[in-house]
Amino acid sequence: MGVEQKLGDMGIVTTKLEELVNWSRTNAMWPMLFGLACCAIEMMAAQASHYDMSRFGMELMRASPRQSDLMIVAGRVSRKMAPVLRRLYDQMPEPKWVIAMGDCASCGGVFNNYAILQGVDEVVPVDVFVAGCPPRPEALIHGVVTLYEKVKGEKFKDFAVK
Amino acid sequence: MDKKLEKIVQALQEKFGSSIEEFRDEVHVFVKAEQIVDALTLLRDKYEFELLSAMTASDYWPQTSPRFHVIYQLTSLAKNLSVQLRVLVNGDQPRVPTATRVYEVANWRERELVDMFGIEFEGHPDPRRLLLPEDQDGHPLRKDFPLGYEEPQFTFNYEEIDLRKPYAKE
Repeated sequence: MGVEQKLGDMGIVTTKLEELVNWSRTNAMWPMLFGLACCAIEMMAAQASHYDMSRFGMELMRASPRQSDLMIVAGRVSRKMAPVLRRLYDQMPEPKWVIAMGDCASCGGVFNNYAILQGVDEVVPVDVFVAGCPPRPEALIHGVVTLYEKVKGEKFKDFAVK
Repeated sequence: MDKKLEKIVQALQEKFGSSIEEFRDEVHVFVKAEQIVDALTLLRDKYEFELLSAMTASDYWPQTSPRFHVIYQLTSLAKNLSVQLRVLVNGDQPRVPTATRVYEVANWRERELVDMFGIEFEGHPDPRRLLLPEDQDGHPLRKDFPLGYEEPQFTFNYEEIDLRKPYAKE
């Protein structure tokens, strides 16, 4: 946010509330700890020391949906899993976002059959789609940063009047 | 065919009048549906086939009688032998007596076959669904089950599919 330039000798910062809220949201976004298939391995790699997602303020994977505000759907979603996924999404408190990680979660990928959901956007509203099979950790981090750009553009009147 | 296995297969032929098929040193013994429990019991108790290593089915549609083969792959760890029993089942009312009283492991295998092929197992102790969701229609591993579920969305048909895609609400 460039706080340093605004910081005068008085130790006071003036900013818009909208920007402050969005800034705080993007700097502590906690994803939910769950993976469905091979994309989850790349998600773990993105978390580990080599790529280290915590550089972007998302160091904590929460094992409970009540404590998380980002759902990373990592992997294919079977039709039997779909109600479970929706239930997890419903249990997350507002504000919440969803990233569909990989081709399977985005559009079904190579699986076009009776068992796999053709895109997770049939069950939950998706904010960012990350392409790749599986996406590299950089791609996932790019997806999250893209989501931050979206969150930074959110208007106060939209999320306050809900 | 293995010498040790030859005797066992002969015994099965004499007792159940079953036919034999060989493919790349694998032996398939065809038995009738009402004989399968006896055949499995005989193999387990007398010939030490203590392991039902696989149980599956195969659909030969559009052939309808017999349409399915229910396949029991047995292994003898003591004798290092393997034999396959096959039961021919008709398409109109596929029905086989349950093998759970001989091999406990057949429980989940048979539940899977009910899901995937719609083959009924008479006397099964726990006939619930195993793999598919409760509201699933049809049996996906049957050959007449439609293959594709959804038309893939490309650039040229993006908008057309976008209109009828069931997007989730907030």
